[in-house]
Amino acid sequence: MNTAHDYAITTEKLNLWYGSFQALFDIDLNIRNGMITSLIGPSGCGKSTFLRSVNRINERLGYVRIDGKINVQEQNIYAEKVELVQVRKQIGMVFQRPNPLPVSIKENILFGHKLHVKDKKYSAADYNDIVEKSLRQVLLWDKVKDSLDQKATALSLEEQQKLCIARLLPVKPNILLMDEPCSALDPKGTAAVEELIWELRGEYSILLVTHNMAQARRASEECIFMLMGKVIEHKETSDLFVTPDKKETADYIEGRYG
Amino acid sequence: MHKTTLEKANSAESMFSVSALNVKNKKTQKLYSVLFLMMTLLLILPVLVILGTLIVKGGSMISIDFLFTDPVNGMTEGGVFPALLGTVWLVSLALLVSVPLGIAAAIYLSEYASDNWFTRIINLAIINLAGVPSIVHALFGLGAFVMFFGFGTSILAASLTLAIMTLPVVIVSTRESLQAVPHAFREACWNMGATRWQTIRRVVLPNAVSGILTGVILEVSRTTGETAPIMFTGAAFFLPFLPQGIFDQTMALSLHLFVVSTQVPNVPEALPYAVALVLIGMVLLMNSVSIALRMYLRGQKKW
Ligand SMILES: Nc1ncnc2c1ncn2[C@@H]1O[C@H](COP(=O)(O)OP(=O)(O)O)[C@@H](O)[C@H]1O
Ligand SMILES: [Mg+2]
Repeated sequence: MNTAHDYAITTEKLNLWYGSFQALFDIDLNIRNGMITSLIGPSGCGKSTFLRSVNRINERLGYVRIDGKINVQEQNIYAEKVELVQVRKQIGMVFQRPNPLPVSIKENILFGHKLHVKDKKYSAADYNDIVEKSLRQVLLWDKVKDSLDQKATALSLEEQQKLCIARLLPVKPNILLMDEPCSALDPKGTAAVEELIWELRGEYSILLVTHNMAQARRASEECIFMLMGKVIEHKETSDLFVTPDKKETADYIEGRYG
Repeated sequence: MHKTTLEKANSAESMFSVSALNVKNKKTQKLYSVLFLMMTLLLILPVLVILGTLIVKGGSMISIDFLFTDPVNGMTEGGVFPALLGTVWLVSLALLVSVPLGIAAAIYLSEYASDNWFTRIINLAIINLAGVPSIVHALFGLGAFVMFFGFGTSILAASLTLAIMTLPVVIVSTRESLQAVPHAFREACWNMGATRWQTIRRVVLPNAVSGILTGVILEVSRTTGETAPIMFTGAAFFLPFLPQGIFDQTMALSLHLFVVSTQVPNVPEALPYAVALVLIGMVLLMNSVSIALRMYLRGQKKW
C-alpha cells in the first residue's frame, strides 16, 4: 500500500515494565513493510507485550511504563501530539481467541467503518459493497453471503477468526498485528487462516506471533526470535531455521525450550 | 498370558457388582438430597403462609373500588387510592433521580476510572452507603431535604431520600452488569479505533442493559415497601385530597398499612390485610415484570 517507507515498524531501545517487573529489554527492531514477519519464542518471553505496545493497548493498565521509541511508518506513536484513535486505525489487531462482536456478520464488518466515517452519503448498496469486498478478501464470502444478518457468534471458530480479520479491513489499516491467531483453531482451521494471512501479504505489513514453529516457517518471510524479553535474532525465516546465528535460537528451534 | 485374560474376564462380573461401600455412599447421598430439599421447602413456607393469610383474611375486601376510592370514616372504610397513587409518585420520582445518577456513576467506575486510592474510597463509600439503615436515611432526609434545602415535608423530599437510599444498589448492580460484558468485546472495539464512549454506547451498554434493568426493577419493588425514610420526609398520616405537585405531602401504601394496623381505632379486621395485599401485589407484579424482562432480553443475546 504505502511503499514510501521501507519499514512498517521500527523500535529503538524499547524497554517496558509492568510495575517493577521488566518485560522488554532494549528492543531494537526494523520490521519490513508489506511482509509477514513472525515473532517466535517460548511462552512468557514478551511476544504479546511487544505486540500490545505497538498499538498502545498496554497503556490502559495504569502500571505499565514504557521507555524508548516505537515508530510506525516512521512516526513515533508515543509522541505527544499523536492521536490514539488514528494509531489504532493504522494498526489492526487479531487476538488469540476470535472476538466477534455479538451483532450480525454484516454489522461486525461495518462496525469500524461506521465509527470513522460520519457523513451520510453511504447508501445501503455502498455498505453491501464494503461487506462483500472485505469478506471476499478473507475468503469467507461464499460461505456467509446468504447469512449476513445472522449473529457472528454463531459461526465456527475458524470463520469467526476470518471475520475478525475481515472487519479490520474497511478501516484501511497498513499493519496487522496477530497474536497467535490460530491457536484456538483445529488443524484445518489453522491451515485456512494461514492461507488467508499469506494472501494478505504485500497489501498489509503483518506481524504474526506464533508458538508454532512450523507455522512461522510456512507463513512468514522474516522471523524474530525472542527470549526473556530480549530479541535474540532477526533474519529471513528460511535462514533463521536453517542457519541460526545464536546458540539460543538453535536450541529453541530444536525444541530444547518447550 | 492366556490364562490371565481369561481370569480377568471371569472376574468382570464381580468387578461391576455393588460393594458395601457403594451402598453406604448411596445412602448418605440420598440422605443429603432429602435434607436439602427439606430446607428449600422450609424457605418457601413463610412466603406461602404470608400470602395465604393475607388472601384469606383480606382478599374479600379487594375490588376495583377498593383500589380507586378514598379512605373514609376515619380510614375505617373506603379504599386506598391516595396511598396507592402516592406510592407510585414517590417511587417514580425517586427512580427518576437515582437511576440516571447511579448508571452514570457505574459507567464511570467500571469503564473510565483507573484503580487508584480515589476510586477505592468511592467504592468504600458506596458499600457503606448501602449498609446504612433506612431510619438513618430518614433522619438524613429530614435534616438535608426537609430542613436545609427547605423542601418541607413533601413528595420531593421523600423521593430524594428514597433516591439516596437506592443509589448504591443501582450503582453496584449496574457495575456488575457492565463488568459481565466480556473484556474481549471492548478490546475488539478499541482496536478498530473506537473511543471509550463509542465502545460503551455501541457494545457495552446494549449487552448490559438486561442486567441493568433487572437491577432497577428490583429496586422499585424494594423502594415500594420502605416506610421509615418517607415517614419523616413527605408521607402523611391522612390527607383528604390528592397531591397537586411535588411540594405537597402525600399518603403512601406502606405508611397507610402501618397507620391502619396500629394507629386508628375501630378498623375492620380485614382492612390492614387488604392494604398489605395491595402492597405485596405491587411488589410481586414488579418482580414478575423484572423476571419476564430478563428472560426476554437473555433470549435476545447470545455469545
Ligand atoms: N498485564 C500484565 N501484568 C503484569 N505482568 C504481565 C502482564 N502481561 C504479561 N506480563 C508478564 O510479562 C511477561 C511477558 O508476557 P507476554 O508478553 O504475555 O508473553 P508471551 O506472549 O510471549 O507468552 C510474562 O512474564 C508475563 O508474566
Ligand atoms: Mg502471548
